[in-house]
Amino acid sequence: MFRKLHDPGAQTVTIFIDGRPVPAEAGESVAAVLLRQPEAWCRTTPISESPRAPYCMTGVCFECLVEVDGLASVQGCLTPVRNGMRVARQQGPRSLSA
Amino acid sequence: MSTSETDLLIVGAGPAGMAAAVTARRQGLSVRVVDDQPAPGGQIWRAIETVAATPRIARLGEAYRAGADRAAAFRACGALYEPDSQLWQIEPGFRAFLTQQGQARSVTARAVILATGAQERPVPFPGWTLPGVLTVGAAQILLKTADSVPTSPVWIAGCGPLPLLYMTQLLAAGGQIAGFLDTTPRGRLGAALRHLPQGLGRLGDLAKGLSWSLALKRAGFPIIPHVAELRAKGEGRLESLHYRTQDGREGEVAAEVLLVHEGVVPNIHAPLALGCAVSWHAGQHCYVPELDSWGETSQANVFVAGDGAGIGGAEAAEPRGGIAALRVAARLGKLGEGAAESAARPERSRLARALALRPFLDALYAPRPQVFAPADETLVCRCEEVTAGELRARAVQGRPGPNQIKAFTRAGMGPCQGRQCGYTMAHIVAAAQNRPVEEVGFYRIRPPLKPVTLGELASLGELASLDEREPTA
Repeated sequence: MFRKLHDPGAQTVTIFIDGRPVPAEAGESVAAVLLRQPEAWCRTTPISESPRAPYCMTGVCFECLVEVDGLASVQGCLTPVRNGMRVARQQGPRSLSA
Repeated sequence: MSTSETDLLIVGAGPAGMAAAVTARRQGLSVRVVDDQPAPGGQIWRAIETVAATPRIARLGEAYRAGADRAAAFRACGALYEPDSQLWQIEPGFRAFLTQQGQARSVTARAVILATGAQERPVPFPGWTLPGVLTVGAAQILLKTADSVPTSPVWIAGCGPLPLLYMTQLLAAGGQIAGFLDTTPRGRLGAALRHLPQGLGRLGDLAKGLSWSLALKRAGFPIIPHVAELRAKGEGRLESLHYRTQDGREGEVAAEVLLVHEGVVPNIHAPLALGCAVSWHAGQHCYVPELDSWGETSQANVFVAGDGAGIGGAEAAEPRGGIAALRVAARLGKLGEGAAESAARPERSRLARALALRPFLDALYAPRPQVFAPADETLVCRCEEVTAGELRARAVQGRPGPNQIKAFTRAGMGPCQGRQCGYTMAHIVAAAQNRPVEEVGFYRIRPPLKPVTLGELASLGELASLDEREPTA
């Protein structure tokens, strides 16, 4: 959906999205990285389980909720990437046992 | 002074928050600035410190470049700056609750300046929840913070200065535009021109807007005027886009990314939660906090500065921040009333100058009526997936207000807490009940302002000290 205009070079880090390694630039947000993936959605809704993607990038719409390093419902647009970070797309409602 | 205690708490590190911090520090106040972003600058100067060191700064324009000096002055001012911090509650007195890196804690201050800025006005239409539909502001943030542009030629729909600026920046960065669906209704220029005389001192801004428009016309992509209705379609992601103009002209085009924008509105959740009085701003079609000439709300020692006080842009945000900080300094005995008044005078002149063109812009880019009256199948509440049709059906059963319909339908109860559906709900209720929108009211905003986990609450670990709180100053 989006593409990066420059090569981050030495600033490149690797994060894992649903277990798959993906290059990212240190300091950019998880949501920005998700929008560059071939599957650019980040969660499915708890009600109809329809896919959603980052929408506002300013922290007000809460569409970019993802699981980050095991913590659910983290706002991807407010979360800078870190090398080795594990991001999982959220599917439907959260399980009570999680 | 312990690190959990300062004279002044500033929420937000954009133009208003940074200016307030610099001014307050100059007057000898201890200042804490909390912000949910990783770096100072607010939305207008997002990632300015990083980008300023790269050649990318050139294509983002002079107004963006100006943020580098502001961020440097802010860093040097001696305020305690806490980025990546989410504020979720402020109690009178004041005690503010924050979460940073998954850890919650509370801090105290004698005065609060809310510099929480604006959000883009929600633009509901069928399909606006599909992946591939984003706001223009979101795309601009992706350009500033991640140097990212839409992969394929992008459709842009909306009105206001931001789409023009973003399209100019996008072309300068090498991005491609499929077309611009200009949603400004017919006849707006005539209505706006009567506000022009007071804005004549801002000819430079008008010339800038005009030069963007001319450059975009020369770029050769289609510009469709007077677009009134939008519909996004696709299975699991945006695939095509249907539009209809005021004159009934229709079109359907393939699209991977659609960016929408219908102006910005103040973030009022924090002032509402603090019980600050708000009133309807007819020219800007939103609520604004009721403020005195220093930016103080109806709650003593709670101030609002920046676009949260009413949309004025960064140039108005800075003097508003300075003026509020001077008042706090006087209140806390660091500065005499007279001295505060004299120091505020040049700031007030700057503010008046910055606001001179605003009524013209408000009239020219007032949202089209369809923004507030989406088709029945439109999801109004994105979080809980409640349609306009469901809200309309509820609105005529008795005479419920937004809070009752929220209880019936769950609209406004999701994680965004009504930030995306509040105004649409108010307009739908008003139209269904044939009442003025300002009479209908708004959702009651309660803490937490942002979702908080039980783990974060448990991490507070200071329940004992809460009982020993000092009485309100």
